[in-house]
Amino acid sequence: MSAADAISAQNARLGSTSLLEIRDIAKRFGQTEVLKNISLQIAGGEFLTLLGESGSGKTTLLRLIAGFEQPTSGEIWMSSERLDTLPPYKRRVNTVFQNYALFPHLNVRENVAYGLRVKSAPKNEIAARVEDALGMVKMRDFADARPATLSGGQQQRIALARALINRPQLLLLDEPLSALDANLRKQMQSELKALQREIGIAFLFVTHDQDEAMALSDRIALLRNGALEQVAPPREIYSRPATAYAAQFIGQTNLLRGEVRGECATCGAIRIYPVTGPDGPATFSLRPEAIKGFLDSAAAMAAPYMTFKATIRQQTYAGSTELLEVECAGQILRVRVPAGDPLQGEHQFVFSPRDAVRIRD
Amino acid sequence: MYSRTYKTLVAAPPLFWISLFLLLPYALMFAHSFWLVRDGFVVQQWNLQNYRALFTNPLYLQVFLRTARIAGSVTLCSLLLGYPLAYFLSFHAGARKELLYQLVIVPLWVSYLVRGYAWKTILGSDGVLNGFLQYLHITHEPVSFFLYSPFAVILMLTHIYTPFVFLPIYAALEHIPRPLLEASQDLGANRRATFLRVILPLSLPGLLAGATFAFVLSLGDFLAPLLVGGPSATMIANIVQSLFGAAYDWPLGAAISVCILLITISLLFATEHLEKRWSFK
Repeated sequence: MSAADAISAQNARLGSTSLLEIRDIAKRFGQTEVLKNISLQIAGGEFLTLLGESGSGKTTLLRLIAGFEQPTSGEIWMSSERLDTLPPYKRRVNTVFQNYALFPHLNVRENVAYGLRVKSAPKNEIAARVEDALGMVKMRDFADARPATLSGGQQQRIALARALINRPQLLLLDEPLSALDANLRKQMQSELKALQREIGIAFLFVTHDQDEAMALSDRIALLRNGALEQVAPPREIYSRPATAYAAQFIGQTNLLRGEVRGECATCGAIRIYPVTGPDGPATFSLRPEAIKGFLDSAAAMAAPYMTFKATIRQQTYAGSTELLEVECAGQILRVRVPAGDPLQGEHQFVFSPRDAVRIRD
Repeated sequence: MYSRTYKTLVAAPPLFWISLFLLLPYALMFAHSFWLVRDGFVVQQWNLQNYRALFTNPLYLQVFLRTARIAGSVTLCSLLLGYPLAYFLSFHAGARKELLYQLVIVPLWVSYLVRGYAWKTILGSDGVLNGFLQYLHITHEPVSFFLYSPFAVILMLTHIYTPFVFLPIYAALEHIPRPLLEASQDLGANRRATFLRVILPLSLPGLLAGATFAFVLSLGDFLAPLLVGGPSATMIANIVQSLFGAAYDWPLGAAISVCILLITISLLFATEHLEKRWSFK
């Protein structure tokens, strides 16, 4: 790196509002490439979720930031301090572990106080801050209990209080809700979100659950085989998926493959107009709920709606909606419509060309 | 779940075994300790003479204190060797773990006597150690205190009991969930603080179990002092052996045995109680 580059990098660092900066991080375990040149920034106070299947490298990335693994190449910076060369105990980040990792020989109060004790904080300060932290997670009544006597949700809260006691600028959460049952999970999700808003600390949250990612995050970083697929706010990642993988991993979608010529795309019997981008082969993502059943064919002719005729193959009832599987000239599409009467035969369907998102395949 | 008859049938053989080979001998020993010897014969006359002799004759107390001192030294030395060894194997041995573990265990398969005689060969006046020291001109004549001294007994017993200390400590260390160590570092504790605040407390039950093994087994040992100890390292079990043998004073021997047994049992109870308090499952 030349001196000028170094200075501009320095300026970029000082000028940006990002709290954590992951620069071109790669990680190999033997021959296996777990992370491939990841670059990612986290802003102060942001709730960023690393979403991906198991084996996508999301936990490894978290462990690199915490310091439990060393990157094969690349750098991690936090507020103009290089992080990846520091041992874990010198990093100003804290972790909520997947199975909480509470110290079994210490009671709740001692577990929460641990981070202050090892720093030899004054006794009265420890007591006050532990009390605060326990209040924050509503666990004051359990201060003298041993972790083994607590339920999963309670252990979760203690792990959270313990990780927040050192007032980190960034909290890492490694699938913290995965051990909880569905109801408790929903409840903890909203508590977690409320807590994050209240204390204003940046959260880096790892999960494989797309609903959880959608519900909690300011931004989602979607990982696939060690590479970032898309980094965007939940609404954007859902409505404008960048890739076929992103479109399919988050929610359901129809992938329409075809050819673009001029401003018109032809995907089998389905035409999309107008579309942007270069001519040539293209793939579009069209969400099932963006397609509407349209019985009045006259209205269907009105622009800018696209119409196609398809035969109902299957109808799956899901309470307020139903999912139809329809066939249009050999192409199977999924359509989500408001629940109604059983449908049969051929029908007209319409969608807006704006809902057909051109994606990388 | 099981019928009464079945339970009785299953329980009978071990009960019989324990009664015949454990309870009965203890009862006999206990009874003997209150009898006395007259004209070379054991007389079944109940009295407290043996216990009085034990507490008034300073020789017994002296030997007992020496025994405790030796057992204590053996315990300390085995812990100092066994704990770091177990720590290294559990946390840093990597792929060599299995091999090293076997190497620690293998000496347990070698006869106690063989190991005793090996130390005799090493420590004697014309032994390996003295030969080596003279070869290097560090000493010019054989060092006599290597063999036939409390030092030799402590050395040999430490060698024999270190695996016994190692095993429970190793098991305890292996059971510590590794995320706990990461959590400790994550919260700002360096290696040393993590050891003192997490690893050591969680391995205490294993450490205690190992220490109890070493101490109790050393306390009752009579072969080591016999083989490498000499008169200056006579231990309480040697006294018992001679009272039951050449001296033919079974009642006094039994009284000493009862004392050792009581001490051992109270030790075991105390340590078991502590182990339970210190284990967090």
